[in-house]
Amino acid sequence: MGFIEAVLLTIVTAATPLLIAALGELVTERSGVLNLGVEGMMIMGAIAGFAFALMSGNPYVGVIAGVGFGALFSLLFAFLTVTLVTNQVATGLALTILGLGISGLWGEAFVGVPGVKLLPIEIPLLSEIPLIGKLLFAQDIIFYCSIVLLFGVSCFLFKSRMGLTLRAVGDNHTSAHALGISVSRVRYLAVMFGGACSGLAGAYMSLVYTTQWIENMTAGRGWIALALVVFASWRPNRVLIGAYLFGAVGIAQLHIQALGFKIPSQFLSALPYLATIIVLVIISRNRRLTIINTPASLGKGFVPDR
Amino acid sequence: MKKILAALLGLGLSTFAFGGAAQAADEKACFIYVGPIGDFGWSYQHDQGRLAVEKELGVQTAYQESVEEGADAERAIERFARSGCNIIFTTSFGYMEPTNKVAKKFPDVKFEHATGFKRDSDNVSTYSSKFYQGRYIQGQIAAKVSEKGVAGYIASFPIPEVVRGINAFILGAQTVNPDFKLKVVWVNTWFDPGKEADAAKTLIDQGADIITQHTDSTAAMQVAEERGIKAFGQASDMIKFGPKSQLTAIIDDWAPYYVERVKALKDGTWASQDVWHGMDHGSVAMAPYTNMPDDVAALAQATQDKITANTFEPFTGPIMKQDGSEWLKDGEKADIGTLLGMNFYVKGVDDQLPN
Repeated sequence: MGFIEAVLLTIVTAATPLLIAALGELVTERSGVLNLGVEGMMIMGAIAGFAFALMSGNPYVGVIAGVGFGALFSLLFAFLTVTLVTNQVATGLALTILGLGISGLWGEAFVGVPGVKLLPIEIPLLSEIPLIGKLLFAQDIIFYCSIVLLFGVSCFLFKSRMGLTLRAVGDNHTSAHALGISVSRVRYLAVMFGGACSGLAGAYMSLVYTTQWIENMTAGRGWIALALVVFASWRPNRVLIGAYLFGAVGIAQLHIQALGFKIPSQFLSALPYLATIIVLVIISRNRRLTIINTPASLGKGFVPDR
Repeated sequence: MKKILAALLGLGLSTFAFGGAAQAADEKACFIYVGPIGDFGWSYQHDQGRLAVEKELGVQTAYQESVEEGADAERAIERFARSGCNIIFTTSFGYMEPTNKVAKKFPDVKFEHATGFKRDSDNVSTYSSKFYQGRYIQGQIAAKVSEKGVAGYIASFPIPEVVRGINAFILGAQTVNPDFKLKVVWVNTWFDPGKEADAAKTLIDQGADIITQHTDSTAAMQVAEERGIKAFGQASDMIKFGPKSQLTAIIDDWAPYYVERVKALKDGTWASQDVWHGMDHGSVAMAPYTNMPDDVAALAQATQDKITANTFEPFTGPIMKQDGSEWLKDGEKADIGTLLGMNFYVKGVDDQLPN
């Protein structure tokens, strides 16, 4: 494996969890629900993935458990914010705190225990292409999922009737309701999709990124995913750019340090955030398009008047 | 966060159940940790010390984990002080200012701050361990074992504790190989397993075949194991994560100190002090020397014995600073003040120290 290949591989690893969590949150927000609990759902996915993989000895069981627990955990959020119409911001924050707490408690027995690694699946022939072969076609199942998700979410949102319905609910829930769309059903499903994605991203952390359980191991990646969605103005392709840019600059700054360049490391550490925000703000500078893409009902609870 | 709830709940229960003057003599020891107790590193080891206090002295304890350095820390410490803690251990360098600030407001409560140097009032003690002694040994091992003569160092924040470790490591390495190279990467966090793993991969990709870290999780050790290179554990024995990789690990053993101090409080002999114990007191221990040839293990053990017997001090001249100017003359030993406030590299470190 050459130097460039190794570096690119590190970047993919850094970007994948961000991309998956952000895509899930994007769908949730497009339905008009702001779920600040991404970090909490991710950490639930991480502990569930780790625990189930270890107990069964099969990392794929862990992946499914991660997705399942992420979705299950988000169901709690959906019940509170959609059915009981609680404040979405406060509920989301509570979900994060709860997730960190529960996962810490659950994970106490797993501290200091090496986990089960999710191994890459090499696709014959394609994985032999120089440079990009190993990078794109000799990856683990979660990476492939992230690519499928990217295209899936794009097609769903902008090319399907169901996607249109979801966006309608997110833009104006009163009108959508008047048209006979079940706002709460759409939102339940969107929130759970977001939860499943966050759980998958969390499972990636504990099964691929670092194969171990460490309390609080997502270390703020859920918040970065949340920020990516906003700065990408709710467009899946821009989320992709944002996630990979963040990952790439994050890895590049480590390399710059290791090469011994005389740049203050504090500045380099801040660089991924700066670069990602600047680039995404520049591509989203068209105000009219940004307004069109912003879900107008985002963060507002819906109480049907009849 | 669950710990906050538990602490609050425990606090409420304790005032409810044990409140009143009859129980006023009961001691309560409280601990503030910078990371989660499940990090299997720094905070984990402090918590082992807390458990020892509970077990050996039967004293009631409480703790709060993952407390951010800064304003959050002040709130957390003050809450403990108000809640009836008699002695509060604040276990990270960044708690220095908040600890001293709260200590002034609560003269009856004793405060113990780890790895700092400020004692503004006489109810504050500072304590630390000479981890750099272990780093020196690691440097010697690294230079012996490394094939490429390059080690990678994952550093957290540019505070004296970390800088001292880097310097001790390179000094140890230079006794074996004067041209030994050390690549340093600052991750600006104590705890982010993903980022620590990224830093380890970066250093390996750039040619380091030994990884050592001054961050708190086991992530880097696991990367080393996967890539088939050698590494040093940090704060606790990480052999399970690197059965073929771990050369040794510096183990922080805080239990003797914590038990001693809480006991002093019970006996009424507690007084403000500044201690810096090393291998001689057992507060710095080394994990078994593994995955290395016998002669290297013997060398490491010999150095460890000398340090433990206090017949050798790693920071003994001649030592030059990074810019080539002289720091210590031949045979001269570094004074404690300079070591505690160390803010410069010695010669041979291939990095610019962040301000």
